Amino acid sequence: MTTHSMVEPAESPLTPESWGKLGMWMFLAGDAVGFGVLLASYGALRATSTDWPSPYEVLGINLTAAMTFLLICSSVTMVKALEWLGRGDRDRAVRFLLYTAAGGTIFVGLQAYEWSHLIHAGLHINGNPWGSSLFGASFFLVTGFHGLHVTGGVIYLLAIARYVLNRPQPEASYNAVEIVGLYWHFVDLVWIMVFTFMYLL
Amino acid sequence: MAGKEHAHPNYMAIFWWLAILTVVEIAVVFMPFGKLTIGVLLCGLALAKAALVAMYFMHLRFEARTMGFIALTPVLIGTLLVLVLLPDGFSMAKKSELKGAAAVTAPAKN
Repeated sequence: MTTHSMVEPAESPLTPESWGKLGMWMFLAGDAVGFGVLLASYGALRATSTDWPSPYEVLGINLTAAMTFLLICSSVTMVKALEWLGRGDRDRAVRFLLYTAAGGTIFVGLQAYEWSHLIHAGLHINGNPWGSSLFGASFFLVTGFHGLHVTGGVIYLLAIARYVLNRPQPEASYNAVEIVGLYWHFVDLVWIMVFTFMYLL
Repeated sequence: MAGKEHAHPNYMAIFWWLAILTVVEIAVVFMPFGKLTIGVLLCGLALAKAALVAMYFMHLRFEARTMGFIALTPVLIGTLLVLVLLPDGFSMAKKSELKGAAAVTAPAKN
C-alpha cells in the first residue's frame, strides 16, 4: 500500500487508484477467458454430437437453482461486509465475510452431493448412460473447475477475515476486502453462465 | 483512499433483480417456445444477470474506464471464439443430422 503514494506523481489514465484492484481485474479477465474457452468448447462438442442429452432433464435443476440462489445470497453478504467495513464496523464486516465463506462452503457441499448422485447414476468422465460420453467429461470438467474456484474463494475469504481482524483500523483493510469481493462476485458471475449453458440450455 | 467510498448502490434491489431473473430463466425452459427462442432468451437473461453482477456488485459502473476495458477484453475474445467455432459446429451438426435422420429411418426398431 505504501508504494501507492510513491507512484502517485506519475499518475496517468492507466494508473489505477488501487494496484491490487487492477491486478485482480487482470487476473479475472484471464480467468474469464479460461471459462469462456471451456464453455465455448462445450458448445462446439454439443453442436457436433447426435446423442447429447437434454441437460435439464438428466441433471435436474431444482438443486442447482437452489445453489444459484445461494451464490447470489453470498454475493449480497459479500457487499454487506464491504459496506460495514466502510462504515467502520469491523466486527460486522468480519461476520459478513464469514457468512459469505459459509455460503461458499455449503455450495461446494451441495455440489459434492450432486456429483455423488450423478456418479451413482452412471455419469462419469468417460461414460454417460444418457448418450455422448463427452457430456460427462465436459460436465465434470466445467463444474469441477468452478467448484475449485469456490473452494479457493472460501480459503481466500477466511484469510481476508483474519487480515481484517488483525488490523484495528477498518480503513486499513478496506482495499483487501474490496478485492476479495471482486473475486467472489466473479465466481458468482461464472456460475450464472455455467448454470445457463450447462443446465438450462 | 478507504474514505473514498463510491456511493453504495442499492444492493438489495440488485439481489431481487437477480432472483427474479433466475426464476424467469427457469420458467423459460418450460415454456412452449421453439428451441432457438428459448436459447436466445436464456442467453439474454444470463448476460443481463452477469452485467448486473459486474456493474453493481463488482462496482464496474463506478470504476475508471480502464477497468471496463479490462473487463470487456474476455467478452470480446469469447465472442470471437464463438464466431470461429460456429461455422464448424453448424456444418458438423448438419452432417450428423443427416446421418442421424438416416439412422432413424433405416432400422426402425420397436
